[in-house]
Amino acid sequence: MFSRISQLGARLLREAKAETRAGNLLSSRGSLYQGHVSQHLTPVVTPTVQSSRNVLFSTATSGDKDESSQEKEKISVTFVNKDGSEKTISVPIGMSMLEAAHENDIELEGACEGSLACSTCHVIVMDVNDYNKLEDPTDEENDMLDLAFGLTETSRLGCQVIAKPELDGMRLALPAATRNFAVDGYVPKPH
Amino acid sequence: MARALRLLSRTVVRLRPLPVQGPTRGFSASVQEPFHVCVVGSGPAGFYTADRMLKGHEGAQVDIIDRLPTPFGLVRSGVAPDHPETKIVVNQFSRVAANGRCSFFGNVTLGRDVSLSELRETYHAVVLAYGAESDRSLGIPGEDLKGIHSAREFVWWYNGHPDMCDLSPDLKNTQSAVVLGQGNVALDVARILLRCKTELATTDIADYALDALCGSTIRKVYLVGRRGPVQAACTAKELREILGLKNVRVCIKEADLATSPADEEEMRSSRIQRRVYELLSKAASAHRDNSCNDQKELHFVFFRRPTRFTPSENGSTVGAVELEKTALKVDEVTRKQVAVGTGEFEDLKCGLVLKSIGYKSLPVQGLPFDKIRGVVPNLRGRVMSSESETATVETGLYVVGWLKRGPTGIVATNLHCAEETVASILEDDRKGVLRAPSDSKKHGRTGLVEILEQKNVHFVPFSGWEKIDSKEKMAGQLRNKPREKITTWDGLQKAANE
Repeated sequence: MFSRISQLGARLLREAKAETRAGNLLSSRGSLYQGHVSQHLTPVVTPTVQSSRNVLFSTATSGDKDESSQEKEKISVTFVNKDGSEKTISVPIGMSMLEAAHENDIELEGACEGSLACSTCHVIVMDVNDYNKLEDPTDEENDMLDLAFGLTETSRLGCQVIAKPELDGMRLALPAATRNFAVDGYVPKPH
Repeated sequence: MARALRLLSRTVVRLRPLPVQGPTRGFSASVQEPFHVCVVGSGPAGFYTADRMLKGHEGAQVDIIDRLPTPFGLVRSGVAPDHPETKIVVNQFSRVAANGRCSFFGNVTLGRDVSLSELRETYHAVVLAYGAESDRSLGIPGEDLKGIHSAREFVWWYNGHPDMCDLSPDLKNTQSAVVLGQGNVALDVARILLRCKTELATTDIADYALDALCGSTIRKVYLVGRRGPVQAACTAKELREILGLKNVRVCIKEADLATSPADEEEMRSSRIQRRVYELLSKAASAHRDNSCNDQKELHFVFFRRPTRFTPSENGSTVGAVELEKTALKVDEVTRKQVAVGTGEFEDLKCGLVLKSIGYKSLPVQGLPFDKIRGVVPNLRGRVMSSESETATVETGLYVVGWLKRGPTGIVATNLHCAEETVASILEDDRKGVLRAPSDSKKHGRTGLVEILEQKNVHFVPFSGWEKIDSKEKMAGQLRNKPREKITTWDGLQKAANE
C-alpha cells in the first residue's frame, strides 16, 4: 500500500515537473513563454489529477478509500514480443506499462527508468481506438519518440502509458528493431 | 523519497534470477564448455553487447576490458553533467557487471597492455566496442592556434576525463565563443558555457571546470552551421532545452528561416527535422522583441562554413574565424542538399573556438580499418578483412557501436547495434565456426589474467570501480553534488586500490 502511494506520488511529481518544464519552454501547441500554456497540457487522467502539487497530499490522505478500492482494480494488457509471441498480464490501475512489463519479465528496456530521457521503452498500441483513449503525448515524450526505432502512428513510450479502466484488453507490440535497422540513414516516419 | 522507494522496488524486481531458458538445441556441448567472449570498451555499446551475450548464451563468459579504471565510456565522460536522467542507464549496466559470468578489467589498454592477436588467441570471440577517441579536423589554415579545441576535448575536460583534466581552456580573455557545428554535442558545449553556474554547481561537473566556468567572461556563443535550420543536426530535446535557458537571448536571423521546396520535401519525410525547424522558427519570433542588457546571447549562424582562423593581436591565440557564406544545392548523386561556398566572406571575432564536427575512431594494430569512413569494415558486426567486395570474414572478430557505424546516434542506438552484432556471434557459434572441438587453447579469463600478470599490468576489477564510485559519491555529498569526480589517473588508481 505504502509503495503503491509512493509510486503514484512519484508519477504525479513527474507530471508536475514535466508540466512546469513544458510551461516554461517552447510548446508546439500554445503560444510562447506564457503561463497559460500549461492549461493546454493539463492531463485529464482522473478527476484528482489537476496539475497542482497539493494533489499529491490529497491523494495520500483523503484519497484513502478510493485507493483501496482501486488497488484491486486491474486491467488486462497483452504484450506482443518481437518474435510474435504474446504474454497477457494484469496491470493495476495507475501503473505504467514500463513498470508492469518489468514486474512480469517482459523484455521492454527502460534505460532511463521512466524519466523521459530515452526511447527504449517504445511500444506500439495495436488498436487505434486504444491509442485514442490515451492523452496526447507531451512535447517531451514526442522529443523522445523522434528517436525511437520503427516509429508508427500509434507509438508511445511505455513509461507514459498509465493503466486505466478504459484500456482493459489493450494490446501493445514491442517494435522489432532489427527489421528497421539502418542506423545512420534512418529516417523516422512522419507522425 | 518516493522516487527512491520506487527505484528500490525496481532493483529488487530486477535482481530476481533471469528466467532459465530451456535446453538449447543443437549445441549441447556448449552448455558445459564456456564460450569465452571479450568485449573491448565498456561504454553503452560494450555493455549492451555483454548484456545480450549473457542473455543469449547460457555458457557465455564475458570479460569487458577498458583502458580507463572507470567503466561506462561516454555515459561518464560524454553525457553532459546537467543530464543526470541520461546517466540512469548505468544502473542497468552495473547489474550486467554483477552477473557471475561477467568480469570487468579496467586500466587495460588494447594495443599496449594486450594486443589484438593475443585477445583473439585467448577468446572464442572478441568484440571491439572502443568507440571514437579522436576528432575529425577541418583542415583549414590556423587550426593550431591557441584557444581552438575540439568539442570532445572540452567535453572530456568538464566531465573530468583523466586525459583532459589539464586542458584549462581560457574562458577569461574573451566575450565570444564560436562553436562550429549544430549537432547535440555542439548544443551541449554551448549550453555549458551559457548555463547559470548555480545550476551547474549541483551536477557532477568536474570541480576545476565549475571554477573556470564561474570565472568565465564569455557572454556570446555562436553556433555555426554550413546548412540551414531545416538541416540542423540536433534533436528536439536538446534544442528545446537550450532555447529555454534562463537569462539567455536567442538570436536567429529571420531570413535564414525561409524554406525552399527541397527543404519542405525534407521536412515532409523527417519528423525530427520538421520538429527542430518548428522550434527554431518559434524561438526566432519569441526572442525578437525582448532584449535586456545583462542577458547572455546565443546566436544561431546558418549557411556559413569556416575557411580559416586568424590570430588575435598577440599572434598565437585565435582572434577570429573567417566564414564563407554558403547556399544549398542538391547533390546529383546523393540527392541530398549540400552547402556550397558563394565566395562571400566575413569575419566573426572570438577568443575561443570549439570544433564540434564529429568524432573519429582510431585503428589498432592488426585491425582492418576504413580510413575514409573511419570505421571497421563489417557485415552485421562481423569484421571483414577489407572494404572490397572480395573481403573475407575475420573469424571470431566483431565490432559494435561507433567503431562499427560511425560516431552518430544516442545511447539507445547501441542497443539495436549490439543486438545485431550478438545475433551474428550466436549464429556463427551455432554453425560451429568459433569453437572447434579440438580447440582447447582458448582459456578466456584465466588466459587474460596470465597475460596481464606477465606484463605486470594492474587491472582494476569492478569492485575497484565500486570503491571509486562510493568515494566520489561521498565527496559529492559534502558539496550537494551527485558525485565529485576523481579526475586524475593517479587519483583513480589510488581510490580503486584503497
